[in-house]
Amino acid sequence: MEDKRPSIYFRLDSRSGVAPYRQLVDQVRHAVKLGQLRGGDQLPSVRDVVTQVTINPNTVHRAYRELEHLGIAEGRLGLGTFITHDVDSLSRESDHDVVEESLKQWIKLARRSGLDEDQMLTLLRQFLHHNEQVRS
Amino acid sequence: MSEWVLQADSLSKRFGRKWALRDCTVSIPQGKVVALVGPNGAGKSTLLRLAAGLSQPTSGTIEVLGHDPHKSNEDLLRRIGYLDQERPLYRGFRVRELFRFGADANPGWDMQAAHLYVDQLGISLNDRVNSLSGGQQAQVALTMCLAKKPELLILDEPAAALDPVAREDLLRLLMRQVSDNGSSVILSTHALSDVESICDYLVILSHSRIALCDDVDFIVESHRFLSDPTSSNSRLPDGTTIMDTRISGRGVTHLVKMDLPIVDDSWQISEPTLDEIILAYLRQGVRNGLLDHVETPVNTRVLP
Repeated sequence: MEDKRPSIYFRLDSRSGVAPYRQLVDQVRHAVKLGQLRGGDQLPSVRDVVTQVTINPNTVHRAYRELEHLGIAEGRLGLGTFITHDVDSLSRESDHDVVEESLKQWIKLARRSGLDEDQMLTLLRQFLHHNEQVRS
Repeated sequence: MSEWVLQADSLSKRFGRKWALRDCTVSIPQGKVVALVGPNGAGKSTLLRLAAGLSQPTSGTIEVLGHDPHKSNEDLLRRIGYLDQERPLYRGFRVRELFRFGADANPGWDMQAAHLYVDQLGISLNDRVNSLSGGQQAQVALTMCLAKKPELLILDEPAAALDPVAREDLLRLLMRQVSDNGSSVILSTHALSDVESICDYLVILSHSRIALCDDVDFIVESHRFLSDPTSSNSRLPDGTTIMDTRISGRGVTHLVKMDLPIVDDSWQISEPTLDEIILAYLRQGVRNGLLDHVETPVNTRVLP
């Protein structure tokens, strides 16, 4: 068996309460942002991920599909899943910076008006979950 | 080919005067890793034994891979791998002899795969079963199931009482099988963390009945905590059903199942974890079970 080092080593935190597929998606996004994964890099095969961490292969498929949907990765028939060369989809990161900056401002404001961390999180969650759709 | 690995309709099983399983109606799609969760005595093993064709329903029907498992021919049984809670193995046999026995009994037996599995687990073919640790015995028992190359694996607490490393190895072996062969799996477990990491379908049994049965993602999406810190709300949002309630000081928090998106903004909404949902259902089962017992003793006796 050839021993190739995986382009990314996934971790699963079963206590985080974050769905496992979401954890994989986030880890790839993070690695792309940090430059650990670059355009053209191959993601480990589903089988390899199942060997890295104890996870349902369906979950890995689902995470990879989500990455494709986000334009971060692309499936190539019979070859595997690769990080896209298309940097455009990732330039959304610049929008991220704007969002992060305004969030920092908001946190400052919230602190000044006496909200603690939990209260801020509660507020944020509350607004996130409005207008939410349920799968029919 | 049936799109369901398991379909039960009003499935019931009684032992003497006690109902082990009552009125279970479930359909489990193909290609899932299903967690069967519930307190001891809820009927998990009964359901799994019925699915494996080892016992016969008192009433109702069950179909596995499109056939009645009890009446079915050997052909169906070859397509199913069943592992009992007791993990029965011939204690005096060497692993090699177990495998030879497995090959004789199962035409689809993959000896190469069987050797590879134990090799990965650091178990020698010359080891005798009774010289292996509990964890290794569980692994060998699972290997026996996997080497049959079944379409459906039915595993009764496969990882119970294993140390963390043995448990991880066993579950990983199982997931690799799912990845390589596309097998469906139904396994019972008490470890909620396993449900989150390896299962994508959940069945909760409580007091011999199905309390919840659905896709894990959908279960998480369709439940919410609703809190009201001052208990000033008199009404729940439309389309919600309370599954569990916690009352604190002045406030109240409900875990609700929602059939519609919640638009009412007088409640604080937060997303529960899968663990929290499972625990709420199990707790609710305990309460309902007590009520059943007190209020409707007549219903627990049914004509023969």
